[in-house]
Amino acid sequence: MRIFEDGNIGTAIDGSTASTRDGLNRRDFLKSGAAAGFVLALQLPLGNKAMAAAPAASGFAPNAFIRIAPDSTVTFVIKHHEMGQGSTTGLATILAEELDCDWAKVKTEYAPADTPTYKNLAFGAQGTGGSTAIANSWPQMRQAGATARAMLVSAAAQKWKVKPEQIQVSAGVISGPAGQKAAFGDVAAAAAKLPVPKDVPLKDPKNFVLVGKQQTRRVDSIAKCTGKAMYTMDVKLPGMLTAVIARPPAFGAQLKSFDDSAAKAVPGVKFVVKVPEGVAVVATGTWAALQGRKALKLDWDGGAAALSTEAMFADYRKRVGGAGAASVTRSEQTASGLKSAAKSVDAVYEFPYLAHAAMEPMNCVAWLHDGIIETWGGHQFPTFDQNFAAQAAGLPPEKVKLNTLVSGGSFGRRANAWSDFTVEAVNVAKAISTLPGGKVPVRVQQTREDDMRGGLYRPQYIHAVKVGLGSDGHIAGWQHTVVGQSIMAGGPMASLIKDGVDETSVEGVWPTPYALSNATVDLYSPEQPVRPLWWRSVGHTHTAFVMETLMDELAGLARQDAVAWRLNLLKEQPRLAGVLKLAAEKGGWGKTLPKGKAQGVACHFSFNTYVAQVVEVSLKPDGSPRVERVTVAVDCGVPVNPDQIAAQMEGCVGFGLAAALYGEIEIEQGKVKQGNYHEYKVLRIPDMPVVEVHIVPSTEAPTGVGEPGVPPLAPAVANALAKLTGQRVRRLPFARHKFTQA
Amino acid sequence: MLNIKVNGETREVESDPSTPLLWVIRDEFGLTGTKYGCGVAQCGACTVHVDGKPMRSCSAPTYMAAGRELTTIEGLQSAAAKAVQQAWIDLDVVQCGYCQSGQIMSAVALLAATPKPSDEDIDNAMAGNICRCATYHRIRAAIHRAAGSLTA
Ligand code: FES
Ligand code: FES
Repeated sequence: MRIFEDGNIGTAIDGSTASTRDGLNRRDFLKSGAAAGFVLALQLPLGNKAMAAAPAASGFAPNAFIRIAPDSTVTFVIKHHEMGQGSTTGLATILAEELDCDWAKVKTEYAPADTPTYKNLAFGAQGTGGSTAIANSWPQMRQAGATARAMLVSAAAQKWKVKPEQIQVSAGVISGPAGQKAAFGDVAAAAAKLPVPKDVPLKDPKNFVLVGKQQTRRVDSIAKCTGKAMYTMDVKLPGMLTAVIARPPAFGAQLKSFDDSAAKAVPGVKFVVKVPEGVAVVATGTWAALQGRKALKLDWDGGAAALSTEAMFADYRKRVGGAGAASVTRSEQTASGLKSAAKSVDAVYEFPYLAHAAMEPMNCVAWLHDGIIETWGGHQFPTFDQNFAAQAAGLPPEKVKLNTLVSGGSFGRRANAWSDFTVEAVNVAKAISTLPGGKVPVRVQQTREDDMRGGLYRPQYIHAVKVGLGSDGHIAGWQHTVVGQSIMAGGPMASLIKDGVDETSVEGVWPTPYALSNATVDLYSPEQPVRPLWWRSVGHTHTAFVMETLMDELAGLARQDAVAWRLNLLKEQPRLAGVLKLAAEKGGWGKTLPKGKAQGVACHFSFNTYVAQVVEVSLKPDGSPRVERVTVAVDCGVPVNPDQIAAQMEGCVGFGLAAALYGEIEIEQGKVKQGNYHEYKVLRIPDMPVVEVHIVPSTEAPTGVGEPGVPPLAPAVANALAKLTGQRVRRLPFARHKFTQA
Repeated sequence: MLNIKVNGETREVESDPSTPLLWVIRDEFGLTGTKYGCGVAQCGACTVHVDGKPMRSCSAPTYMAAGRELTTIEGLQSAAAKAVQQAWIDLDVVQCGYCQSGQIMSAVALLAATPKPSDEDIDNAMAGNICRCATYHRIRAAIHRAAGSLTA
């Protein structure tokens, strides 16, 4: 079937020819500890074979990840979703390293929905998140590349009647002992006839030519710099219509009635249909759909009119110490330690709801045809999206064909366990399919306001903490209470919640890398009509702020240097201590700064990666903070694509800074106040600091970098501000406070 | 019926002339390199050139482009444009890439007006282009690199 005008479907979308270096993955999900239980916890059928994958190419396909064409073109099938984090390039780098192919000839395409073949080995489900893309793929992609290489070598050895050990492979050229040369394509057909060997030896890392090297460039730069990269927004199918949905104006509001006569009179509007999400206006183009939506007359009931984020904070503060706490950890010595303390900190911290606000507003194309439902979208979690699309369409999962395209950012938004934007597209496609002329593909497009006001936020949290220091300066007792919605509750991962504790609510507080005796941690997980979601670095977004600003305050009370204080509590944590020392050294920790500038520091362990940051902060004339410079030290094991690790650290700094400075979603009378970028401010270029990244050389297995750069940023800035102004921020964002230099 | 010269080619517009230029460019002309991010002139993802000047196409009615030269990312040709795109590729500026057509359009317009921009010039010219992946650090570096290659 000819689909796109250029005859392609969901493949090779951004995979022109390569030049790279990669990255990692950015999304969040379960921390590695919980991830092992993921498969069992899923209340969804797994193991659905997908609709037919891309047509089998001629040539050599030794496994599900590699195809070699007779013209020697190498195509890698990428099992992770590309949201900008660079995992396409990262996975390609690992495959190419072991395959020894010509990097300039590498193409990439995205895997179809096929959980058994393309699952994330950290989850058991097909999906991208939790900064796991490189980590889970490292052994698997190495083996896939090495196996293919061994088969090409065997085929060449047979052809030249030499031993495989006498053959060399480099940059796509196979060389024999007597000067024989072959390209991959020359022996591909013969290799395809050989049995697939098992447990092929991997390269000695000292012979790596791509992994860890600077010359490996992103595979998608050219397509993304010329406007050619294909996002969901850009999908064009014959007869395709565009829909926007009129959604409830307040959480929980129900539609009482509607009048669509004026909407239907708008030129270009084809259908108006009621769907579970609201009322969909389906038109020949986006503008017509928007005009049609404007013309709808809708009568909603009030919904959750009492819902307000300020009232929620007040309610959360009242819960502390009351009934219904789940115990995360408990020490008998906490109370006595606090009682005997010579000095103490007693503080409540408040964190607002945060929207992801990815640049491409959520969207999906769906088409019911030939007894199947086919979708095009930023399918970050194909296992979920396939199952929920099937449910919505009333078809078995085998009748779902997902075409996964690159997406314009996610930061957690597309990894939702309800597949909201996929399901609504299927709902609209299904609703119009019974109408005359309605058996056509439809793109359901959220506007920026739909996306921003639709819930699925980083939950609002409070932390109430009491810490006591003994007269000798040691920590005598630590009482810590977290209140906020559980992200996993009510979804297919709810059974990962153990004894009332959703680990994603407390990760970063407990367990902690710091040697903390006498700690007691409690958790309250109230329910709200606002659906919560992972947001780049998940629980660490708030826990790191509390822990790392507290560490600074405690160091101050104990009259110790903030770095020395931490190092003293990290004696069993050489890698975290290592990045802290490196950031301190490279960032010139303790150097004399001109008046009006101060340094701050923080370190944090998340997603199995260690990051420390030293920041330099001053104040703008209006008293708001200006972050001038951030020195980052990161230990993520083997650095697969160093320049992309740096890129993720830079991006994490900017993303974390946006939330620290401005990020806040407020709800009043059940309605979200912020709808677009002028109300929900994000970072713009004048606010971007200089970022310097130092990567710790390592032979440990690689770990993620998409998220771990976010958590230390806000507390490092808060620590610098405290030094500069004497003011301690306990409620985010910083925009709520006016700072004056001490 | 309205005629618009887009990327050097004159095309008839079927949509109502008051339709925002963005939707005519994307839905009618099929030039999808120009993106929708906010619809209210806040993000810059929809930036195009009208007579060489950057314009937020989401907030400009189509009739405004009548009789003028409209250039989208697909039609970039100038030496400055090639230098900017090359610098972007050399430094691997992009992440998700969704904002980058708009970033590049703004950067090209900046270099046309100010061949050797300072950091402050860059901040001023680029402040209307949001990058949620926060590739700003590299955007600054790439603009300096492109400027250097043009004046070298
Ligand atoms: S879409 Fe035009 S400025 Fe955002
Ligand atoms: S590269 Fe993702 S928004 Fe700019």
